[in-house]
Amino acid sequence: MLKPAEKKKLADKARELREKIIEVTYTCGGAHVGGAFSQHDILVALYYKYLKIDPKRPQWPERDRFVLSKGHGGIGHAVILGDKGYFDEALLDDFNKTGSPFGMHLDRLKVPGVDTSTGSLGHGFPMAVGIALGARLQGKKFRTYCMVGDGECHEGSVWEAAMAGGHYKVTNLTLFVDRNGFCLDGDTEEIMTLEPLDAKFEAFGWRALTIDGHDFAQIDEAILTSQAEKERPVVIIANTIKGKGVDFMEGQTAWHYGGLDDQMKEKALKSIRGK
Amino acid sequence: MAKAQGLTWTISDADHMTQAEIYGEVLTQIGKTNKKVVALTTDLAKSTKIGKFQPDMPDRFFNLGIAEANMMGIASGMAETGLIPVVSTFAVFASLRAAEFVRTDICYQQRNVKIIATHSGTSFGQAGTTHHCTEDLSVMRTFAGMTVIAPADARETGKAVEAVIERDGPCYIRIGRGFEPPLYKDMDFEFEIGKANQLKDGTDVAVIACGPCVVHAVDAAQQAEAQGVSVRVLNMHTIKPIDEEAILAAVMDTRRVITVEDHSVIGGLGSAVADVIAASGKGCAFRKLGYQDEYSIVGYPDDLLHKYKIDADGILETIGEVLKADFEEDEDWEDE
Ligand SMILES: Cc1ncc(C[n+]2csc(CCOP(=O)(O)OP(=O)(O)O)c2C)c(N)n1
Repeated sequence: MLKPAEKKKLADKARELREKIIEVTYTCGGAHVGGAFSQHDILVALYYKYLKIDPKRPQWPERDRFVLSKGHGGIGHAVILGDKGYFDEALLDDFNKTGSPFGMHLDRLKVPGVDTSTGSLGHGFPMAVGIALGARLQGKKFRTYCMVGDGECHEGSVWEAAMAGGHYKVTNLTLFVDRNGFCLDGDTEEIMTLEPLDAKFEAFGWRALTIDGHDFAQIDEAILTSQAEKERPVVIIANTIKGKGVDFMEGQTAWHYGGLDDQMKEKALKSIRGK
Repeated sequence: MAKAQGLTWTISDADHMTQAEIYGEVLTQIGKTNKKVVALTTDLAKSTKIGKFQPDMPDRFFNLGIAEANMMGIASGMAETGLIPVVSTFAVFASLRAAEFVRTDICYQQRNVKIIATHSGTSFGQAGTTHHCTEDLSVMRTFAGMTVIAPADARETGKAVEAVIERDGPCYIRIGRGFEPPLYKDMDFEFEIGKANQLKDGTDVAVIACGPCVVHAVDAAQQAEAQGVSVRVLNMHTIKPIDEEAILAAVMDTRRVITVEDHSVIGGLGSAVADVIAASGKGCAFRKLGYQDEYSIVGYPDDLLHKYKIDADGILETIGEVLKADFEEDEDWEDE
C-alpha cells in the first residue's frame, strides 16, 4: 500500500513535471502533449519509485529497463530524464531545434537514460520482450517495463509480441497500455475496434489488470502485482485521459500534437497548478 | 488567388496549398467522378490529407488504424476486384514498415495500387530518424513494375496524382510535410511520367534534381549563371522509369553532372542516373548530392537541406567543384 506521504510526493512531482512539459512544448513550438500527459503519472511512478536505475551510470548493465514503445511521448520522457539528472536540463531549451539531441522521438544514442530508440509504433514492445528474454536467459535480475499506446495496439507487431510474450511467459516484463481512448485521427473504437482489449491479452496468455492510470495507489498496486506474478506476464491496462492535467486539452483529439502561444501556456500552467 | 487545374480537377487557391493539401483535394475531386477510386490510410487521415476524401465518399474511405502492412494487403485485395486503391501514410512506414507487403502483394501480383507517401526525406526533420525517410526511392525502385515519382512542388503533385490514377499498375509518389516552396507559378507546364522537365538550358554543368531540391537547383543555376557558368537544370520527377534520353543529352552537352535529392545517395535518383551514364560508356564528372550513408540530425527541414548540401548553397559549391574535376575524354567530346 502506498503511504499518503509517498503518494503526495509522487503527485507533487507529477504536477511539477507537467508544468515543465508545458514549458518545453511552448519553447519548441509544438509537441505530442496529449499522449505525454496521459502516460505521465505511470512514468512518474516508475521513475520515482520503482525503476532500479542510476542516472550517473546510464549504461549500468543491471539497471531496470524502460521502453517507451509509444515513442511520440518522448517529450514527457525527456523531461523526466532531465529531472532525474541524466543530462543538463538546459538542453531541453533547444528541444527539437536544429542540432538538438532531442527529436520528438528520443534516440538512445543521443539521450542518456533512453534504453531503446522508438517513434515508429509497434517496435518498442517486441524489443522489450527481447530484453526480458535476454535477461532471463542470462540469469539477470533486472526488470523490464514497457508502455504502448492504445492506438499503437492497432499494429500487428504488438500482437506478435504479445503472442511471444505469452508463449515464453515473460514474467520479468510489465507492460502498460496507455488506454486514453484516442489515436491520432480520433476515438480508437471508431477507427479500429480494440475492445475487449483485456480479453484479447488474456487470450494471448497474459494476465490483464485494469486500473485508473492517474491514481497512484492503483498504479502502485498493479506494479506490485505484476512483480509478484510468476505464471503469466502482466499487462496493466491503464485507463487514462489524453491531455490529463490541462482542462482545455483533456479528452481533445486535437491535442494529440500542438503548440502553445503565451496565453495558452499561462492558461495551461494555471490549470495544472489548480489541480 | 492563383488557380490550378488538371483534366479532372480545379483548385482556386493553389499558391497557399501544400503538396499534401493539393493531393487531398485532387484525389477527392477525382474520386467524385471515378467511382473505382477508394482511399485508405492508417490513422493519418489528417496528417497526409487523404482524409479530405472521407466526407463526400465515406463508403469508399477506409481508416484502418495504425497498421501499415495490413493496409497494403487490403489495398492489393481491393485492386483484385477492379478498384483503384489509393493509400497514404508517412513515407518511412509505406516504404520500410510495409515494404514486403508492397513488393509481394502489390508489385509481384501487378495490382493497381497507388501509394502516396507524405513526410518523405527529412521534411519531418524535427521528429528524428524514426520519421525521416531517405530510403524510399531506393527501396521502391527495386520493386519490379513499380513507378516512382517525386514531384517538385504542390502543382506538380496535382498533375502527378492525376497521372498515376490514369496509369495502369503500381505507383509510388513521395511528397513532403508541407513546407516546400513552389517551383511552378502556374499550371502551364508539361507533366509526363518518365519524361524530365528541363527548367533551364546550359552547357557547362547539368544539375538533375527531384522533389524539394529542384527549386534549389534552379536557384543555384541562376547564381552560377551570374558568375558566367552555364547550368542546365532537369526536374527529374520520375525516378522510375527514368528519362534516359534527357540524362544522355545532359552528359553529351555538359560532361558534368550533379544529382540532388532529399534522400540517401545510395539507390535513389543519383544511382538511377549513374546507371544510365555507366551503361552509355560516356565519361563525365559526376557528383551525387544527398545523404551520404548517414542518418540526418534533428532539425528544421531548411537547415537540414543546408547542412547536407542539398540546397542552393550546397549545389553552387558542388558546381564549382565539378568545373575543376577531371574526367576522361572520348571521341564524342564535342563541347570544346
Ligand atoms: C508505425 C507508425 N505509424 C504511424 C505513426 C504516426 N503516429 C504517431 S502517434 C500516432 C497515434 C498514436 O496513438 P496512441 O498509440 O494511442 O498514442 P497516444 O494517444 O497515447 O498519444 C500515429 C498514428 C507512427 N509514429 N508510427
